[in-house]
Amino acid sequence: MSDTHAQTVAFVRNEMIAPSDPPAREAGAVKWLRENLFSGVLNTFLTVVSLLIVWYALAAIGPWLLNSVWTAGSLAECRAILDGTSGACFSVITDRWHQLLFGFYPPQHYWRPVLALALLFAALAPVLFTALPRKLLLFTAIYPFVAYHLLWGGSVWFPVSVALGFVAGILAYLIVARVSTLIAVFAAILAPVFWWTFAAGAFDQTMSGILPLGLEFVRSDRFGGFLISLIIGISGISLSLPIGILLALGRQSDMVFLKSVCVVVIEFIRGVPLITLLFTASLLLNYFLPPGSAFDLILRVIIMVTLFASAYMAEVIRGGLAALPKGQYEAADALGLNYWKAQRLIIMPQALKISIPGIVNTFIGLFKDTTLVVFIGLLDPIGLSNAIRADTNWNGIYWELFIFIAALFFIFCFGMSRYSMYLERKLKTDHR
Amino acid sequence: MTEIQLDPGIDREIDTSAMKVTDEVAIQITAMNKWYGSFHVLRDINMTVNRGERIVICGPSGSGKSTLIRCINRLEEHQAGQIIVDGTELTGDLKNIDKVRSEVGMVFQHFNLFPHLTILENCTLAPIWVRKVPKREAEETAMHFLEKVKIPEQALKYPGQLSGGQQQRVAIARSLCMKPRIMLFDEPTSALDPEMIKEVLDTMIALAEEGMTMLCVTHEMGFAQAVANRVIFMDQGQIVEQNKPREFFNNPQSDRTKLFLSQILGH
Repeated sequence: MSDTHAQTVAFVRNEMIAPSDPPAREAGAVKWLRENLFSGVLNTFLTVVSLLIVWYALAAIGPWLLNSVWTAGSLAECRAILDGTSGACFSVITDRWHQLLFGFYPPQHYWRPVLALALLFAALAPVLFTALPRKLLLFTAIYPFVAYHLLWGGSVWFPVSVALGFVAGILAYLIVARVSTLIAVFAAILAPVFWWTFAAGAFDQTMSGILPLGLEFVRSDRFGGFLISLIIGISGISLSLPIGILLALGRQSDMVFLKSVCVVVIEFIRGVPLITLLFTASLLLNYFLPPGSAFDLILRVIIMVTLFASAYMAEVIRGGLAALPKGQYEAADALGLNYWKAQRLIIMPQALKISIPGIVNTFIGLFKDTTLVVFIGLLDPIGLSNAIRADTNWNGIYWELFIFIAALFFIFCFGMSRYSMYLERKLKTDHR
Repeated sequence: MTEIQLDPGIDREIDTSAMKVTDEVAIQITAMNKWYGSFHVLRDINMTVNRGERIVICGPSGSGKSTLIRCINRLEEHQAGQIIVDGTELTGDLKNIDKVRSEVGMVFQHFNLFPHLTILENCTLAPIWVRKVPKREAEETAMHFLEKVKIPEQALKYPGQLSGGQQQRVAIARSLCMKPRIMLFDEPTSALDPEMIKEVLDTMIALAEEGMTMLCVTHEMGFAQAVANRVIFMDQGQIVEQNKPREFFNNPQSDRTKLFLSQILGH
């Protein structure tokens, strides 16, 4: 209070103070440097030490990277070119580029995985960016079948007959739902099962007889490299989220039996290492399946990886569900929304939003875990790096291969991380 | 003895012309009991609410008043006795529960708006998904009720951008969009500043003026005296006293009621 009012307690402001700019030293680069890098003795010391470490690392790696050879045909040739100087030999990448990406996929069919990858982005776009027209989701729905046909080939009628099973399920649901929702759910499960067990095979054969369309079949053991990482990673990611949601909801359910099943599944799968599940997939699973139904190793691995990620996903989502105030459930109930509508419109949008960092964390972990398939004999990039070293031309090359593999994985994982940050910003509506 | 005059909290005359109590029964509660574990929270509740009635339920905290109105749309389950709302008995039957819930609106102490949806989406969600109203029509209805609670200009904002009083008025509009026949208010003004209490009470009085059947758990005694046609006092899970507001405030019968009124009215 100014001294004009010193004698009195009462105070009346006659003029309001207009806002003004902060002092010059409180803005700009100088302020940033002073506050963030040199705010005190300790901070200044740490800044200097960090700069020294960065300089040392760059000085050690920089020349090696800059002096790299890209054109040699073997490690020996590479060393001859380098002539004793330190330098990277990235020629191995240019030499084995196709192998690292596609494994032993027939070269004349490389366009198929490339097209499948391009279409993947088209299928993902409407899922990732809600501004795009919703009708594009139809393509997303048929994409798995298109991708299967492009990658493995064979008769076009096989994926079509599998897809028809899902169509049968949806139709059964829509028809029976007029009578009862519960029976409709059973119908939606039974109809595809009946179709696949009794009708799908016959349909496939008949149609193939009438109209033999299709691409040349490529066996699973020809798949390798990043192709296999992407197939397993993307299938696992897109399947584990819905399964994880269902497991998390089941774990929260009031129905004791359903709840116990979900708890047992989650705890069992989380409790064993992924590698044991993969060995089960490659060695043991066939014992448990009906004889003659030996199915593809890649498919078995996808199932195991998906189950593994789903259990983690369920726990991440349970965290999001637990963070929601009880009032949200009550408000949804009070408005007359039934369980599934409340989950879909009120609970899940909020719970998933809270769980985004955890979900993406699990996705990234899953994607990198696909490299574990090397232990069951699938030739993922790590497996191929061993295979490449087994060649006398490239015997003894380590760093360059692993840097390349790391860089490719990093691009995908960093992309996911950035997208999750974009999504968090976009969904931020609480204005806290 | 001079009559107690309470401030209804609004600056206008209340139009009572449409506040008519009919003979039609809206809610019938018979010998209803409820326990939380072994704690007997509601004991032998009997009450009938006729269409058009405006009932204020008051009582000390923990007296079971919120639990009582939450039983009416089955946010809480009762273990004994009968609750019939608009001719539908509340049992474990989910169809009946959904039917009652879509006919009964509820306003909560903490608003419980959906923070991930805009104000307009909050209001249109239930009509579109429960009543299957076309989106255009639902939006028109929503804007109508948002105008009624005097915040149409906020329609495209998110709940987090609104003040508490505005949020509570949106919550009222959201309930009204379902065209309910009965409205339940669970301490709608308890989480608000005095200034905001007024705007919410104003909205509630306007609703009463239109003849809505209302059950309000509240400590706003001015509102009770101005609008209610019956005041129910609860303590220890039972209805201790109920009467017309004038009688209730001026001539309370039980000692428990007298004590409560002397504390809350500060006389």
